[in-house]
Amino acid sequence: MKLHEYQSKFRFAEYGIPIPKGQTATTASQAFTIAEEIGGPVVVKAQVLAGGRGKAGGVKLAHTPEEAKKHARVILGMDIKGLIVKKILIDPAVEIEAEIYLGITIDRAARRSVMIASSAGGIAIEEVAAKTPEKIVRAHIDPCLGLPNYQARNIACEIGLSRTLWKQFIHITSALYRCYEESNASLTEINPLVVTNGNQLLALDGKMTLDDNALFRHPRLAEMRDTDEEAPAETLARQADLSYVKLDGEIGCMVNGAGLAMATMDMTKLFGGSPANFLDIGGGAKSDKVAAALRIILADPNVKAVLFNIFGGITRCDEVAHGILSALGEVPTDVPMVARLVGTNEEKGRAILAQSNMITAITLAEAAQKAVEAAHGVSVK
Amino acid sequence: MSILVNKNTRLIVQGITGREGSFHTEQAVAYGTNIVGGVTPGKGGEWVGKVPVFDTVKAAVEATEANCSVIYVPSLYTADAILEAADAGIPLIVAITEGVPVLDMIRVRAFLDRKGSRLVGPNCPGLLTPNEAKVGIMPGHITTPGNVGVVSRSGTLTYEVVYALTSHGMGQTTCVGIGGDPICGTGFTEVLAMFEDDPVTEQIVLIGEIGGTDEEEAARFIAEEMTKPVVAFIAGRTAPPNKRMGHAGAIIEGETGTAESKIKALERVGVKVAEHPEQIPELIASL
Repeated sequence: MKLHEYQSKFRFAEYGIPIPKGQTATTASQAFTIAEEIGGPVVVKAQVLAGGRGKAGGVKLAHTPEEAKKHARVILGMDIKGLIVKKILIDPAVEIEAEIYLGITIDRAARRSVMIASSAGGIAIEEVAAKTPEKIVRAHIDPCLGLPNYQARNIACEIGLSRTLWKQFIHITSALYRCYEESNASLTEINPLVVTNGNQLLALDGKMTLDDNALFRHPRLAEMRDTDEEAPAETLARQADLSYVKLDGEIGCMVNGAGLAMATMDMTKLFGGSPANFLDIGGGAKSDKVAAALRIILADPNVKAVLFNIFGGITRCDEVAHGILSALGEVPTDVPMVARLVGTNEEKGRAILAQSNMITAITLAEAAQKAVEAAHGVSVK
Repeated sequence: MSILVNKNTRLIVQGITGREGSFHTEQAVAYGTNIVGGVTPGKGGEWVGKVPVFDTVKAAVEATEANCSVIYVPSLYTADAILEAADAGIPLIVAITEGVPVLDMIRVRAFLDRKGSRLVGPNCPGLLTPNEAKVGIMPGHITTPGNVGVVSRSGTLTYEVVYALTSHGMGQTTCVGIGGDPICGTGFTEVLAMFEDDPVTEQIVLIGEIGGTDEEEAARFIAEEMTKPVVAFIAGRTAPPNKRMGHAGAIIEGETGTAESKIKALERVGVKVAEHPEQIPELIASL
């Protein structure tokens, strides 16, 4: 789960990281009032969970409250990469001497968290990595020790930070790591961390990604989820405890197990179609879960056929078949359905499904082929 | 022969009195696995079928000389259960549970490295050596003894491949599910090394998926250290970037973790990569 810039920065501030004293607004007149209170030039920033806000025109400098109001009017309601701006952050503008990148994330290969810093702040770190990799400094963090001061000092040295800023930098890095760990984040990022003309470090922008598996520990953070920022079907799926990702194709896929679900998507492509979604219904394939999944898949108007691929390992295929049939009873549709059940009692399962209008298949290749044909309007048996 | 588990494995089940734990214990006992005990704090002295239950792993190890533990406890207790097993000296720990927080696993890994215990998982189907031991949730009836080693990041996709192998008369030495999380106990290369050293394993099937660079590392290992042939399947050619595909570890981040990158890395070192899982037996037959 991703947090907005303002949510991330307000969280950073709780750990003592200096941030601009800004406020959020949802209307242009609120933006005016906030800018007036700040009493100097301000920056109006769109709050959407997408990169490239600046390039899209979602970040604007305003010298007066009137100008802030004008910018707010343009930015609120703006479409940035398919996301509509509903909230803006009004921050006091600052004079910048230098921009630094500072982030903590998970290094899968090293099986450790890693702090990444660079003197080339203010642009995406991936871009820095591609163009000037020598400007990136990494330090792996021992989970039992946390981030000792010397490691922070090493980083400060290696990115060429002025000695007069080391103390502030050590304070910020250690606060950022505590924030990362205590939030169960998989990413905390300050980009840029700026040196102001008053020689102070300030977190101008902030980003956090939280581990969904640990949200149960952080109810206050879990409440920050902005469901406006995800496809409505993905919200529904999450509430039904289904793992679903919307894609652009025409073949709805309903599969048990994530790896098999991906393999099934790939198969539709291999046979000339394309998947409408990733969906893992988990073990058991109980009828209420299948029905919820079917509703989500069929709500997508692009779907021209549905492919069920269930590997009944411990679960018996005849039980799964009954679950599918009773789900179909609850969600009537004309969309053709292809089912492939493998595993314990597979013949029984297939026989049960054959009594309905379902197209059945024995191998995954056959099932994918039939689903593609059905989606393309070919009559399939 | 086999790797990791066999008929001499003395297994305990952590979370044995829970819904998953008791169900899979019954299945594993029926398969013939040597389950010597179970652990549920507060239920020591009870029995699950013919299996005695202990309050702590330490007590279970003292009474049974267990050398392997399988964990079915809920995700918020899993890290603690792994630490407990490692501290009690269990050399092989298999965690089935899905949804363990990543930072918990980073801490667990650091502890295991000090203790010298091996962890398989979490978020995995476990291990199965046909007709000898079933440690986890893999369905026993789809496997049969033979010479193919199977290692995979997935659950049902593994069953799909194993089922196809068995249907083509290609039995397995051991099937290993290493799990679908970003940080797991045992990676591809470590399992490949064990298969390379196992005298009975003749070919190896590697089933990977998008996310991370474990398959790329496996490719490097195959080129440098292995003599036995490996065939592979990689799931997620059609997965979009920056979206988690069910498994916590199945995510393309920036340019890293794509199916194309993994397939290329494997093919470059001579590994045959199947276009779909049912092709695997064909590829093995062609070796």
